Amino acid sequence: MNIAVCIKQTPDTAIRVKVADDGKSIVQDGIQWVINPYDEFAVEEALQLTEKHGGEVTIVSLGPAGIEKTIREALAMGAHKAIRIDADHIPDDPSVTAKALVEVLKNGNYDLIFLGRQAVDDDHHQMASLVSQALGLPCVTVVVKLEIDGGKGTALREVEGGYEKVAFALPAVIGANRHLNTPRYRSLKGIMQAKKKTIEVLPATLAAPKLVVEKLTPPPAKKEGKIFKNGAADAAEVARLLRDEAKVI
Amino acid sequence: MATILVVSEVQDGKMKSVSTEVFTAAVKMAGETGNSVTALFVGNGLDGLADSAGKFGVADVVLAEGTSLAKFSPDAYAAAIAEVAKQKDAAVILMSATYTGKDLLARTAQILDTGLAQDCISYRAEGGKLYFTRPVYAGKLLAEVRVDAAPVMATFRPKSFKPAESPVAVKAEKLSLDLPAPKAVLEEMQLSGGGKMDVTEADMIVSGGRGMKGPENWGILEELAEVLGAATGCSRPVSDDGWRPHEEHIGQTGRTVSPTLYVACGISGAIQHLAGMSSSKFIVAINKDEEAPIFKAADYGIVGDVFEVLPALTAEIRKLKQD
Ligand SMILES: Cc1cc2nc3c(=O)[nH]c(=O)nc-3n(C[C@H](O)[C@H](O)[C@H](O)COP(=O)(O)OP(=O)(O)OC[C@H]3O[C@@H](n4cnc5c(N)ncnc54)[C@H](O)[C@@H]3O)c2cc1C
Ligand SMILES: Nc1ncnc2c1ncn2[C@@H]1O[C@H](COP(=O)(O)O)[C@@H](O)[C@H]1O
Repeated sequence: MNIAVCIKQTPDTAIRVKVADDGKSIVQDGIQWVINPYDEFAVEEALQLTEKHGGEVTIVSLGPAGIEKTIREALAMGAHKAIRIDADHIPDDPSVTAKALVEVLKNGNYDLIFLGRQAVDDDHHQMASLVSQALGLPCVTVVVKLEIDGGKGTALREVEGGYEKVAFALPAVIGANRHLNTPRYRSLKGIMQAKKKTIEVLPATLAAPKLVVEKLTPPPAKKEGKIFKNGAADAAEVARLLRDEAKVI
Repeated sequence: MATILVVSEVQDGKMKSVSTEVFTAAVKMAGETGNSVTALFVGNGLDGLADSAGKFGVADVVLAEGTSLAKFSPDAYAAAIAEVAKQKDAAVILMSATYTGKDLLARTAQILDTGLAQDCISYRAEGGKLYFTRPVYAGKLLAEVRVDAAPVMATFRPKSFKPAESPVAVKAEKLSLDLPAPKAVLEEMQLSGGGKMDVTEADMIVSGGRGMKGPENWGILEELAEVLGAATGCSRPVSDDGWRPHEEHIGQTGRTVSPTLYVACGISGAIQHLAGMSSSKFIVAINKDEEAPIFKAADYGIVGDVFEVLPALTAEIRKLKQD
């Protein structure tokens, strides 16, 4: 099986983010960068499939040279090779990134293309849908279980209130959700091997954005809450506030 | 007059209640921008649903049918939305930001070669343009965005708008669409929790964390939920350990909820949990640790043992409700 996995470098979810002086981006200094957590499920699933059926996993990521550190993390998990689509920044508009990814993915003759459910920085939750439509391939998003049998696949997709079982033919695009698998740790051996794997660098032409960020702001400060310290003795007062002040009961 | 196309979400032959929130937002937006509103239902055998749009002030309804739409297919349904948007010359396309709404409108945006603002919590119309506010970095920041292409597309996070009934008579139009064969097709829908309401749709949520100590203690939490008419939720470790089902998991990697009331019981308030619930209108926290970060997010907090405080709060609320 020939599989591509698109990964994005994102800030660690535990860190605080600050708005930069331009009011439209974040301060990059001191950020701990990681593979977007959903993309780890995508990489793991691709690795398990090639371990079972043979084949190769190619990591594809768009961004400046600095993201190669994150690409090596995916290679250390066991992916075979990687492509970095060179751009001086990662676009704000997912449709711009999608076009550039598609230019590369369409030449790869992939049986499966994995992406994450969403990137935890911009939280667009669009890319798998965009890429599949542009490639004219079937696609299932928010996938928690995947079965591949010859040229056919079945995916269990999370929706509010349950799961959808969706059938499709390969080649196909999959958006990976949590619970799809448990991503493996990078072994020391894997990390050493990753250093020797090739990262091919391809040029990108970025289209003009259609989704434009006007400004980034911290959410409005919440007014200080009323915190009571006498345990159960305060329950009556909080119940009263819920009725008289919040008017929710 | 250009129109705002609202794509309704249908499950099991019924319109989902989240769609009524988007109807309400669209009617307001239409008043501000001088557009009309058109509700779109996609699928077969949906005649009975047109009136559910009329109830929320949307008179023009399109029922899009076709052989490719017999079973749910995200690619065929997106093709149908795009086709209707073209035929009706839609200036704006809206849907709720459910997993299905996000997928369908992203595909539609690709087909129509335009931009999409996903998971928005509000919008404003100014100088003939629409600006949308969407949480980014899991709610640590808010982005104000604009779609610089046509049609303008956005999905709205469930519970961001309060549905307002304003009944009008409906003019339903049936369009029979000739679409490409579907590529991915829904085989089966598996309902979880016996068809219980999803936490994203709940107006109130009582949620438990590791401080609840074990699944056997959920009775006191469910009791408050019952008195309030609330759904139950939980933190990630609670669902990871199998104390509660995964669909109750709230936070960055679980469900994002914005209920009117969120009661956090024995939840520390880690940044990834706050990501999923900090847009709740009122937050009540019960925690024995005065320093727990959940108290910074809370409107009302009680420092104390959840096993004493929670039953007391339930009793007090029950009393007020009986008055
Ligand atoms: C990439 C990533 C994604 C994540 N995504 C999520 C997510 O989506 N959702 C999520 O919830 N977490 C998520 N987490 C985990 C998160 O960091 C926290 O570990 C988790 O939220 C803690 O759950 P908790 O509050 O139930 O448990 P704890 O942090 O252990 O807190 C338990 C709390 O209960 C209190 N307590 C104990 N006993 C009592 C008592 N008798 N009475 C009253 N209070 C008591 C304690 O004071 C404590 O504050 C994520 C982590 C990572 C790294
Ligand atoms: N710059 C990028 N390079 C490669 N893949 C990306 C990039 N940005 C997003 N993706 C992929 O698209 C998924 C969804 O991203 P998004 O739609 O932006 O939330 C991510 O989980 C990645 O798999």
